[in-house]
Amino acid sequence: MSVLVNRDTKVIVQGITGTHGSFHTERMIEYGTKIVGGVTPGKGGQSVHGAPVFNSCKEAVQKTGATASVIYVPAPFAAAAIREAGEAGIQLIVCITEGVPTFDMVRVKEWLRQKKIVLIGPNCPGIISPGECKIGIMPGYIHKKGSMGLVSRSGTLTYEAVWQLTHLGLGQSTCIGIGGGPIVGTTFVDALRLFEADPETRAIIMIGEIGGNAEEEAAAFIEKNVTKPVVAFIAGSNAPAGKRMGHAGAIISGGTGKASSKIERLQKAGGFMAPSPALIGQTMEKIFSTRHARR
Amino acid sequence: MSFNIHEYQSKAIFKKYGIPFNEGGVADSPEQAFEIAKRLSEAGYTFAVKAQVHAGGRGKGGGIKLVKTPEEVRAAAAQILGKRLVTPQTGPEGQPVQKVLIEKTTPLGSEYYVSVILDRSAEAPCLIVSPAGGMEIEEVAHTSPEKIFKHHFSMDQGLLEPEAQKMAERLGLNPAQTATCARIFRAITQLFLELDVMLVEINPLALRVSGDIIAIDAKISFDANALYRHPEIAAMRDIAQEDPREVEAKKFDLSYVGLDGSIGCVVNGAGLAMATMDIIKYAGGEPANFLDVGGGASKEKVAAAFKIILTDPKVKAILVNIFGGIMRCDVVAEGILAAIKDLGVKVPLVVRLEGTNVDQGKEILKKSGLNIITASGFAEAAEKVVASLR
Repeated sequence: MSVLVNRDTKVIVQGITGTHGSFHTERMIEYGTKIVGGVTPGKGGQSVHGAPVFNSCKEAVQKTGATASVIYVPAPFAAAAIREAGEAGIQLIVCITEGVPTFDMVRVKEWLRQKKIVLIGPNCPGIISPGECKIGIMPGYIHKKGSMGLVSRSGTLTYEAVWQLTHLGLGQSTCIGIGGGPIVGTTFVDALRLFEADPETRAIIMIGEIGGNAEEEAAAFIEKNVTKPVVAFIAGSNAPAGKRMGHAGAIISGGTGKASSKIERLQKAGGFMAPSPALIGQTMEKIFSTRHARR
Repeated sequence: MSFNIHEYQSKAIFKKYGIPFNEGGVADSPEQAFEIAKRLSEAGYTFAVKAQVHAGGRGKGGGIKLVKTPEEVRAAAAQILGKRLVTPQTGPEGQPVQKVLIEKTTPLGSEYYVSVILDRSAEAPCLIVSPAGGMEIEEVAHTSPEKIFKHHFSMDQGLLEPEAQKMAERLGLNPAQTATCARIFRAITQLFLELDVMLVEINPLALRVSGDIIAIDAKISFDANALYRHPEIAAMRDIAQEDPREVEAKKFDLSYVGLDGSIGCVVNGAGLAMATMDIIKYAGGEPANFLDVGGGASKEKVAAAFKIILTDPKVKAILVNIFGGIMRCDVVAEGILAAIKDLGVKVPLVVRLEGTNVDQGKEILKKSGLNIITASGFAEAAEKVVASLR
């Protein structure tokens, strides 16, 4: 089993005719994802890598029965694309687009509050259940099916962690990139809750960054609700204070948001910290094998 | 990412929203400062000469002078202008002062704190007020949190009148002053919502001895991602306040932060870029920069990124760490070659490629015949680049 997506998930691509949309549609199809169509207003009737293009999400959902959508549209249109997908009945929306205005996301979250829609992102690599379904931009070949659940605020650092796990033979149930922005759909807590409930997931890797307090909130949740082992890494221990490091989320402000305070809080919650970003896989391997030996 | 403007620009926005502040003018020479002061001169008033830089803590750095006469204003402006101001919020190199704001002031009674931010945990905007203004607000929050009042308000409705009134009452002023504060709170929250603001702060908001309420300082940071909706604010950009390397990087939409080490880094993704800095330190080196080429970069963008690193005299070795997702390794390889073709490379270059189109990328580098040290793992790459310095 896996969380949120599996081999039966039917996916549409919003912005399928754009450069990134088209390129990654091909990669997703190659991986085995059921891409049943795409949406680009005004380009209905065309086809991209064999997937039919529709003018609207509503039409795409009606004709294909899609339940998931992935968004590659430019930032100024991303919020509207999320709403359009939700209003068309899509249950899982993955927004890859980076640079979405923060207030657009606050309004999207307000709109989502009463609904049962799951939004992942924006500014994220997407979600993958290895061997079954890949929705997003992550390279497929680095993954391996297994029982590690991975959740991360970073994109490429997630790939790094996955690659380490795969090299050590530690496959993954599902990997979720929640996105690096200040306001994101699915949070660490949401993902941890899903992994804790998923019988196939036996351990969790969490990758955070400096800035904000999402990791602190995750730590509080882990303390109370997570029984599975959690290995964590926080990027940015060596970032100079007060400097922006690219992600809108990665800003150190005041006393909170620093790597040291996040690490301390996660350790207190029972998390196992990887001492270096190159040792995320090994840290998990050690903990996992000790747990098994004990049983 | 946020976009900052100067105090005088923030006050021009305050004016549009009816938020009161001291009358003043901006000068870029001591003579102009003198003229402004002469024009503002009025019995019972003195002057503040304030350095216009994109950093707080100006008072501590000697960037704010309180003086009595237009002649003293000229002298104060001459002292500040053309220098680099170092404050607790700037680096040791400071920020250049090209403009000063001259304001006429009167003695102040009490000082208050007002700001509006987006509370990321609550996912809602939040008005923060405190009767303990004029000081380090973070310290107040730490030592006496009971003096900080927060109120979340709706993105759609803004701050309603009764909400503003209730928050204004926290400051313990008389009814007329409370009403003025409530009006200021509504104006500042309206400004926040209409202009895609990440932070707007008045510290201090002051009660004059005369009984008037006035914004002494003004600080606004905007959401850089939303600037396309506000061209009039985008036009307020002051490139002189930015690191020239960062300015060059921005031209190509690259995310760059200059640091003091010797290992130049070219990485894709902010998280991996930060982790690369972490691992360089772990291996015993010092990063010269943070550089995220972003997702889906073109060959030209990668070449531009690489050129910024190649032309940085601090850089004694280069580490390229790419884990391709939306970014393709072949494009990265071509970009590196294009930059080297133009500028040459005199320092050791360690390249680690993985991810989308990795084989094509490696092939391109191999065929180039350049002396490139390759690494297959993250840790190995860091160790090799640190070793290359010895």
